[in-house]
Amino acid sequence: MKRIFSYTLFTVFMMASVCGQNAPAAVPGLQPGIHLVSPLPTGDWTMPAGDYANTRFSPLTQINTGNVKNLHVVGMMADGIPHGHEGGPLVVNKTLYMVTPFPNYLIALDLTKPGYPMKWRFEPNPDGRSQGIACCDVVNRGASYAEGKIIYNTLDDNTIAVDADKGTLVWKTCVGDEDLGETVTMAPIVVKNVVLVGDSGGELGVRGNLTALDLKSGKILWRAYNSGPDKDALIGADFKPFYPKDQGKDLGVSSWTPDQWHMGGGTIWGWISYDPELNLIYYGTGNPGVWNDDMRPGDNKWSITIWARNPETGAAKWAYQIEPHDGWDYDEIMENILVDMPWKGQTRKLLLHPGRTGFMFVLDRETGEVLSAENFVPVTWAKGYDLKTGLPVEDPDKRPHTNHYARGVCPSSTGGKEFVPSSFSPKTGYLYIPAHNTCMDYSGEDVNYIAGTPYLGASVRMYPGPGGYQGELIAWDVANAKEVWGIKESDLPVYSGVLATAGDVVFYGTMDGWFRAVDARSGSVLWQQKLTSGIIGNPMTFIGPDGKQYVAIYVGIGGWMGAVALPSVSTDDDYAALGVVGAMKKIKQMTNPGGAVYVFGY
Amino acid sequence: MSSAIRKLATFLFFCAVPGLAGTQELRVCADPNNLPYSNEQQQGFENALAKLAAGDLGMKLSYFWFPQRHKFFRNTLQAGVCDVVMEVPSGIEVASTTIPYFRSTYVFVSRRDRNLRIESFDDPRLKHLRIGVHVTGENDEAMPSTTALLSRGLARNVEGYSIFGKLSEQNPGSDIVHAVADKEIDVAVVWGPLGGYFSEHSSEPLETTPVCAAPADRQLPLSFAISMGVRRGNEALRARLNEFILRYRPEIRQLLESYAVPLVTSPEVTCE
Repeated sequence: MKRIFSYTLFTVFMMASVCGQNAPAAVPGLQPGIHLVSPLPTGDWTMPAGDYANTRFSPLTQINTGNVKNLHVVGMMADGIPHGHEGGPLVVNKTLYMVTPFPNYLIALDLTKPGYPMKWRFEPNPDGRSQGIACCDVVNRGASYAEGKIIYNTLDDNTIAVDADKGTLVWKTCVGDEDLGETVTMAPIVVKNVVLVGDSGGELGVRGNLTALDLKSGKILWRAYNSGPDKDALIGADFKPFYPKDQGKDLGVSSWTPDQWHMGGGTIWGWISYDPELNLIYYGTGNPGVWNDDMRPGDNKWSITIWARNPETGAAKWAYQIEPHDGWDYDEIMENILVDMPWKGQTRKLLLHPGRTGFMFVLDRETGEVLSAENFVPVTWAKGYDLKTGLPVEDPDKRPHTNHYARGVCPSSTGGKEFVPSSFSPKTGYLYIPAHNTCMDYSGEDVNYIAGTPYLGASVRMYPGPGGYQGELIAWDVANAKEVWGIKESDLPVYSGVLATAGDVVFYGTMDGWFRAVDARSGSVLWQQKLTSGIIGNPMTFIGPDGKQYVAIYVGIGGWMGAVALPSVSTDDDYAALGVVGAMKKIKQMTNPGGAVYVFGY
Repeated sequence: MSSAIRKLATFLFFCAVPGLAGTQELRVCADPNNLPYSNEQQQGFENALAKLAAGDLGMKLSYFWFPQRHKFFRNTLQAGVCDVVMEVPSGIEVASTTIPYFRSTYVFVSRRDRNLRIESFDDPRLKHLRIGVHVTGENDEAMPSTTALLSRGLARNVEGYSIFGKLSEQNPGSDIVHAVADKEIDVAVVWGPLGGYFSEHSSEPLETTPVCAAPADRQLPLSFAISMGVRRGNEALRARLNEFILRYRPEIRQLLESYAVPLVTSPEVTCE
């Protein structure tokens, strides 16, 4: 009897920690007027960002500025896969879940036992051909937990649900066409029994789309394309874009040369946010296909666009195209952080989007109006944004064309930041941005050869931007639209996600393998440890079975920029790996590949 | 000869001819599904050429199959899993190239019943036609033929076809020629060997005409010399392949003609 009773209590406790996460109001010390729209992760970490609003803010305070110096490794598991480890683990019900790069294992570690032994390893056996298709290493950005299932994507275009307890397959649904060059690398989120999945492969001219699946069965509920007629984009009567440039019928057709929208790109390989109060999801889209912009006159909608949609029906609410007719591969698949806060005297429902374009976009997320767009890294491709039209003020000389080799373009195609997500602390009002400072030159004309056809190509070479440094963790004061402090990296970009906590500690990693805790207010480094491989994953934190707080991070260099560290990539050619080798020459001397998850206690 | 002496002799042989060790096998890097160049059934002209070369050099022929897409050279030649790519543009960066063994050109492909016979990018009829071109997906790159079209303001007439097509289909690069036959487009501008071969094998009569260089295109190479490519540093194999090419020029020409490869002799065929 007693046993049943305690079991019931335990179940209630677990449900509280998994589903009913504490209301955000429980966090003391919030900046006045700040309202968080999504519950925060008070114990477990069940979705890629920890919360729907993508703040990546943890309300936990056991580890704080006073004791973070005591952090030490309490658990570690290597997976033996020498590729980029993006994303981060989940912790649900005393178990830590890790998704690996291809072949996309799901590994469950038992947090109740010393050394965290493996409970099971699920092997989905994805199609090996997908490795040859994926542009930029064979990465995976993580999983979501919902109703007893771990849901994640495999590189070969399958979304799979695995029983979180037993490690067995519950359902598997194909969401893309590998034969057309489509792959899936992003981390799905689950909203109201709907699993949301986007695709990758924009450089191959696939037609980017978001697919919604039923959590129980895996059945496809709806799909919204990022090119083509309004009906394919699920644009209907509810669609009210703020700017005239984004208004009109079938812009996904008319902003292209005839039929070219079939290869429209605009994939969704980053992060999806959700506002439970407005019942809207938000996400950004990638570069238009095909990459050569002279071949696709027009705005190329809906590439490089932020969308707001209803999660159940997919119906579009608004869209804002950040950059019409992309010329630089500025995928805007970055995280969108949702927060209500005072803005110029009144509380606004904001969407914060630190962009690959190098601009920090602040939007009204009810309407899609741009309230501010200030650059957070050196930018040369545009002088700024015209807030009346929502359009960038471009420098035409920086736009490459056939026979115009633009030089000194900042940021480079890798962006003012990459997909690696920033974190917002409602205690400081700062957004902590993992930033790059890399510029590029286009030059001609090497002979290339592909699929039996010779051709000439402009080559891209990337190099450190003004100031000579390559990366910076930036603390950005959102309300005042300015940097308050930064920690610069001389040789490498900052290419890891960021975690801010109510203990006023900010965690992030460097590509040469330092895992670091810094003071959220001053930026002083409080603790750091060198790990076995470079860090391109996202830190997370949780409460263990013993009631104590822990912090976890993946190591494993790779990804687009980090792949230069892999033995298969030579550093002899500056133009290799889509041009990033020029900027990444030193990485081979600074770290080695090899994936693992580390868990730290205090 | 005793076994020990034979071993010694073998040892001396390999020491005396550095770089030859292990090359008694001609390990070819090739696409498993990309006619007219190569396929796993060895029906392409690269396969026929490799067989000819291996026979001449007294080497055993073997293949490492890999789709000729992004990362092809990295995963084949540079990874050391094979030693020669039978066809590369002469002077390409990623390989050490032999002397050229043929030169081909971009061609216009159209239905014979249209009687277009377009030869120049300056042809005024192009403004009213749907023109298919191959697209690679590589950054900021286009076929020189595409550059010539775009520089004439014909972007709205141009329709891109992925050069990779659909992996699961046979010879995915041939889509664009089928699109001409099926009247989806009026004309395609493609690399000669592909255009020549699939036009000849089309159920609808098609014709190919080599593109000529108009004055505005003088900076654009529209024809390319083609060589074999070996790993940089593998000069011994390159030298042997050079000798093979010199010995077999007539046979190689005959082979290419049997695959309807449009051959040109001079780098520039100027428009009349």
